[in-house]
Amino acid sequence: MMTKQTINLTIDGTPLQVPAGTTVMKAAERLGIHLPRLCYHPNLSLEGACRVCVVQVKGFNHFMTACSQEVWEGMAVQTNSPEIRQARRDIVELLLDNHPQDCQTCDRDGNCELQRLAYQLGVRERLFEGKKKEFPTDESSKSVIRNPSKCILCGRCVRVCAEVQGVGNLSQHGRGFNTVVGPANLCNMDESVCIQCGQCVAVCPTAAFLEQDHTERVWKALAAEKKHVVVQVAPAIRATLGEMFGLPVGTPVTGKLVTALRRLGFDEVFDTNFGADLTIMEEATEFLSRVSKGENLPLLTSCSPGWVSFLEKFYPEMIRFTSTCKSPMQMTSALIKSYYAEKKGLDPKDICVVAIMPCVAKKFEAGRPEHTMANGDPYTDAVLTTRELGWMIKSYGIDFNVLPEGEFDRPMGISSGAADIFGATGGVMEAALRTAAVKLTGEELGPLEFAEVRGVTGIKEATIKINGMEINIAVSNGLNNAKKLLESIKSGEKNYHLVEIMACPGGCIMGGGQPYPPVYQDPMDPEISRARAKALYGIDAQKQLRRSHENPAIAHLYAEFLGEPNGEKAHQLLHTTYQARSPRGIR
Amino acid sequence: MNHQTSTTDNWEAIRAACLDVLPAHIIAFIEQNQDMEHSEGQLIAVLHMVQAHFGFLGQDTMHAVAQLAQIPLAKVTGVATFYHYFRLQPRGKHMINVCLGTACYVKGAEKVAQRLMDELGIHFGETTRDGLFSLDSTRCLGTCGLAPVVMVDNQVFGPLTPTDVSVLLAKYVKKEKVAAE
Repeated sequence: MMTKQTINLTIDGTPLQVPAGTTVMKAAERLGIHLPRLCYHPNLSLEGACRVCVVQVKGFNHFMTACSQEVWEGMAVQTNSPEIRQARRDIVELLLDNHPQDCQTCDRDGNCELQRLAYQLGVRERLFEGKKKEFPTDESSKSVIRNPSKCILCGRCVRVCAEVQGVGNLSQHGRGFNTVVGPANLCNMDESVCIQCGQCVAVCPTAAFLEQDHTERVWKALAAEKKHVVVQVAPAIRATLGEMFGLPVGTPVTGKLVTALRRLGFDEVFDTNFGADLTIMEEATEFLSRVSKGENLPLLTSCSPGWVSFLEKFYPEMIRFTSTCKSPMQMTSALIKSYYAEKKGLDPKDICVVAIMPCVAKKFEAGRPEHTMANGDPYTDAVLTTRELGWMIKSYGIDFNVLPEGEFDRPMGISSGAADIFGATGGVMEAALRTAAVKLTGEELGPLEFAEVRGVTGIKEATIKINGMEINIAVSNGLNNAKKLLESIKSGEKNYHLVEIMACPGGCIMGGGQPYPPVYQDPMDPEISRARAKALYGIDAQKQLRRSHENPAIAHLYAEFLGEPNGEKAHQLLHTTYQARSPRGIR
Repeated sequence: MNHQTSTTDNWEAIRAACLDVLPAHIIAFIEQNQDMEHSEGQLIAVLHMVQAHFGFLGQDTMHAVAQLAQIPLAKVTGVATFYHYFRLQPRGKHMINVCLGTACYVKGAEKVAQRLMDELGIHFGETTRDGLFSLDSTRCLGTCGLAPVVMVDNQVFGPLTPTDVSVLLAKYVKKEKVAAE
């Protein structure tokens, strides 16, 4: 039977045509009507659990969920009527009835989807009163706090963890009123297979998942007279922090960001970009050495701490392929407490290194014993997410949008455009190729832009020809894509030389610590990803320095302090080790 | 300089430990399913087999099922905690079922159940520390004339008051003591 390709229907009396298979929710969006939603997410499988998207369809006595109902020829949909408004309000009131009434003291106050929905639907009084669920909060993880008392059982976290990240750490346990979302056997998060990526935090509509708060320790360090507080800012922050202050998604704010950090009282404002350029120097050297020996290929990147945890729990046999390079954050921190401390004549004990990261897993990474100094102190003392920094700026009372442009301090504030693009999926690859091309050809001007590795696609692959040599590369974002890529490498189906893996879908710009999306946009929205990436590529294009090895501060660092890339001192400070960890994840 | 650890593939060790936990027929069933599409759909069947063999689903057996069938452990424990049928603790020597059917309920089954929980120190679905009793609730047993009733193993007792429950439990404990001597 031929199926009709185009369907005619009316929504609130307005006729429209949509392709067959479109859901009522998607059709309504074409008219600019954003139906309320909690469990629905366009990138995840359908749950149909929350029911707040119900609509009326002519000829039917019961309401239908717009997220799951496909349109049919001649369908007449009503999205707003007193009955529907009442039904939606009842649903939200029942959710609220089983939810702590502590909005004013909640971390999501002001950007909670449940709170927003209650306001939108006109819940102005509480008619229901009943038993409330009470579960203990799990703060065992260094990255993610799980607070099931605030959970509304929408299941977004369960699905993002399984479907996007391929981790499957979360599941609904029990049934009925006692249902609770948590890891296997409801064990502590730090004993679970969690890889700390924080995508559960990013997609949670309420405060059931949050990052571990480091703001208090930063306020304290800033207030302590003896502490020399040094801050470093990840590439992705400059493309996203503006969103916290109402700027359109994709507005670059590098200069204002630096000024805001100075206003907050940081003694020195450095750029993680510097560490990114350094990572390229070390990683490119490592890569070229492996290529010349033809061993342990493909080289897998190691910048993403979520990916590193995934590697150790899910694919420990791939450890030997993974670059031993520390992440740019850890390289920068290690140099602040050695190179910079020496230059300044400071005792590393008096230095507090704060890292501003798009990432929740960085909090875990900073606490790893591998990243601890000989005296037992961590190289990185605190990690703030973009959201936490945004809040600190607001909390201080700084009017971000009127700030003048500032500049990073020297020398660890000088960076190339190659470092800026680290924040987007494919960016590390492109940065590595820029430098590797020059090293391989010996020519000053190699290819600069590699369009093949740009964009939000989950897996990208290409063969790059440099100096007659063919380099097979692959880039993945979202760990479920990494699984596919790793399986194809293991089976021998694919032969790559260099592989970039980022844990979060879209790379760091879509990290678990990034600002929550604006109203009417979903977390993980590819449009947000594109706009943020565009901001980074724009910054790169405007820079004089485009290749990491051209960074004069890096050259100076090697000459003055480190010696050779991959040399003994570099290895001691800039490289790390990995090990198989339990519990073992399911692939 | 080489910073890499030598061998890091720990899968064979994990697999061997899991194979030790489960009996051969369950392992064979899991392996035979592995080639099927949607093999994870057999999870409930596997859990039934595990419970039939061990009497309950233990953390070690569920972990072994998860690894050998390659189903995330959270999913396994999620399913196991959803269904009333699955027991997460070993079954006691004596199974006590309190009827919560309508007739027993109106005749005070709730008070009987509460006394049992207080005396045994456990809730429905749990087993006493000494492994002597497991407690559960049940729907109508068809002996409404005796309401409220409690079934211990295959024997029905009723009508019972909370005080009768204490006497009944004491009898079983005494019987066990005599048998032990």
